[in-house]
Amino acid sequence: MKIELKQVTKAFNKQGNAVNDLSLTIQDGEFVALLGPSGCGKSTTMLMLAGIYKPTDGTIYFDNEPINHVEPKDRNIGMVFQSYALYPHMTVLENIMFPLKQMKVPKSERVFRAHAAAEQVQLGHLTARKPSELSGGQQQRVALARAIVKKPRLLLLDEPLSNLDARMKIEMREEIRHLQKEIGITTVMVTHDQEEAMTIADRVAVMKDGSLIQYSTPMDLYNKATNLFVAQFIGTPPMNFISGDLMKLGESYTFQENQQSRLIGIRPYDLKLGNQGNVIMNATVSLVEPLGHSNLVSARIGDKLVRFFADASYRADRGTPIVCSADLQKIAVFDKSTGQSIDTEHCIKEAFAV
Amino acid sequence: MGKPNVVVSAKKNTGNSNPNRIVGFLQKWGLPAVLLGPFLILITIFFIAPVVLIVILAFTNMDSSMVWDLNGLLNFKKMASDPNLSEIMLNTVFYVTLTLSLNIFLGLSLALLTTYFIKQESVGLIIRTIWMLPRISPPVVYILLWLWFFDPSEYGVLNSLRMIFDMPPANFLADQPMTAIVLANGLIGASYGMIIFSAAIKSIPGDLFMAARVDGAAERSIIFDIIIPAVKWPLMFVTLWQLLSLLTSYEYILLLTKGGPLFETEVLALYSYHKAFQSFEYGYGSAVALVLVVIALICTFIFWRIFGMDKMIKSSRIE
Repeated sequence: MKIELKQVTKAFNKQGNAVNDLSLTIQDGEFVALLGPSGCGKSTTMLMLAGIYKPTDGTIYFDNEPINHVEPKDRNIGMVFQSYALYPHMTVLENIMFPLKQMKVPKSERVFRAHAAAEQVQLGHLTARKPSELSGGQQQRVALARAIVKKPRLLLLDEPLSNLDARMKIEMREEIRHLQKEIGITTVMVTHDQEEAMTIADRVAVMKDGSLIQYSTPMDLYNKATNLFVAQFIGTPPMNFISGDLMKLGESYTFQENQQSRLIGIRPYDLKLGNQGNVIMNATVSLVEPLGHSNLVSARIGDKLVRFFADASYRADRGTPIVCSADLQKIAVFDKSTGQSIDTEHCIKEAFAV
Repeated sequence: MGKPNVVVSAKKNTGNSNPNRIVGFLQKWGLPAVLLGPFLILITIFFIAPVVLIVILAFTNMDSSMVWDLNGLLNFKKMASDPNLSEIMLNTVFYVTLTLSLNIFLGLSLALLTTYFIKQESVGLIIRTIWMLPRISPPVVYILLWLWFFDPSEYGVLNSLRMIFDMPPANFLADQPMTAIVLANGLIGASYGMIIFSAAIKSIPGDLFMAARVDGAAERSIIFDIIIPAVKWPLMFVTLWQLLSLLTSYEYILLLTKGGPLFETEVLALYSYHKAFQSFEYGYGSAVALVLVVIALICTFIFWRIFGMDKMIKSSRIE
């Protein structure tokens, strides 16, 4: 199902909007993640898609049909809550059958379909248990089965992985992704974990303070952040930011610190030891952390701390002066006041002009 | 508390075996005795003694002369041939069942109304407070209001209302005494269930309601599939509790109809009171009360077994 949000606004009080003028299109069968820090309006947006909240302004379309005033029960959606929200007095099977019961599906078909959904999430052997007798991961699967059993047009996942431990998270992530592709259902997931959003979603909508900041594929978010916020938010370790100008000297550029100038962003993976790249910077080592496959080096360029990776064999004492470099095409430049991404040209200065 | 003293004296008395044992005894039981003593005394005087007294009195012919004479099963034989007792028993069954149903139904409806349907907390609180008012006002005042409501003259509230529709004044208390006592008791009793059910409904996580709505549940289904199962234990507890208190309470009936007209609203508890404190047949009154105690015990036992109340005491179902 294709979903369209047109200038959707939601206000809970007069002080401000929880969601502000949000326009977003989700294609049929697409997996979209709503990503942002807490309080950015991503959950509110999802609850508006679910129909629990009504937009204050703007329209939501399901397949070009406005559904602002359609009750949640008539929207044919499935949802997994952060707390899983399993009905505590019902068994796993009864939980999964609940949406079908509401659709007045005959009992025998209900049982059959619920068993099939339970099998789909590898829960076939636990259908007689109560939710309180299950582990977190199993409860999560029940919630997932309950959400997909009625073959909804839209699947909503509200922070589905945040209550799981790290191992389980990765496992469930793959499973959700697999399941979504298998049944080809349009899916919206809310998360504050950028890694989760990047790995699982076809497209990611980054939100901040109720507004949409950037909506694009994970790779574009990583490589072509349009905004300082997105650049800071996406990627581990986070992007390095240094403030200054690039002095052009023939084919290469040297960095000169300047607090008033633009922000230059370089991903830790793009910054290299030595002068192979054409943007060259002088730095002093402050810490070398061994990670096994490589070393994470923290160094100072002028006032700013940057991080990059070096060979696992690299050793350096604190205070060692080093030279590091990056490719001009790999760096991003942001305007300090607006936070918008600008062309790299803007911070290049001819050396002789100074 | 007295403990340090005991320790000091224990040191003084080393070597002497007999006082030592007393000190040891005091050391072990002194503090528990001080802490538990007052409550044990209170429980004995006000809880155990009355039961024992009733049981003993039930087998005596004690009357206004205050003479105790054991007379075996005479009281119970008398009861078996008491011409009014079958009507009183029937009244008790009617009164308890009807009032209990009204109580629970109204309590649950009010709880649902003030916690689920009225989303604004302050409004729900006001409604609940209003419903609690009769509970915090003296029964005499509460019943006075009902007496005014049912007053047979044309100045009674009910009759004034009837006059608006050109209906003649009626003596409701004489015509429908059972309805009157059920209403008076049911309305005030509902507040107890209301408070307990409200708390139980409020403890249901909000996510469950959202999940149910997304799953396609209509209001009816949310009430019967989500809320009622979640308040199952409070529901049973309140039912049992109210059942027991309705079996033994008579003050509202006494104030409203005095059990009349004739024996139309006389229930077992009131009958026991009437026999003991009006006809001064303490022995016979106690025998009636003893029957009531046995009935209450049987009811409790049945509830406990049928509803598996022992499971209720286990940990809560909602995490």
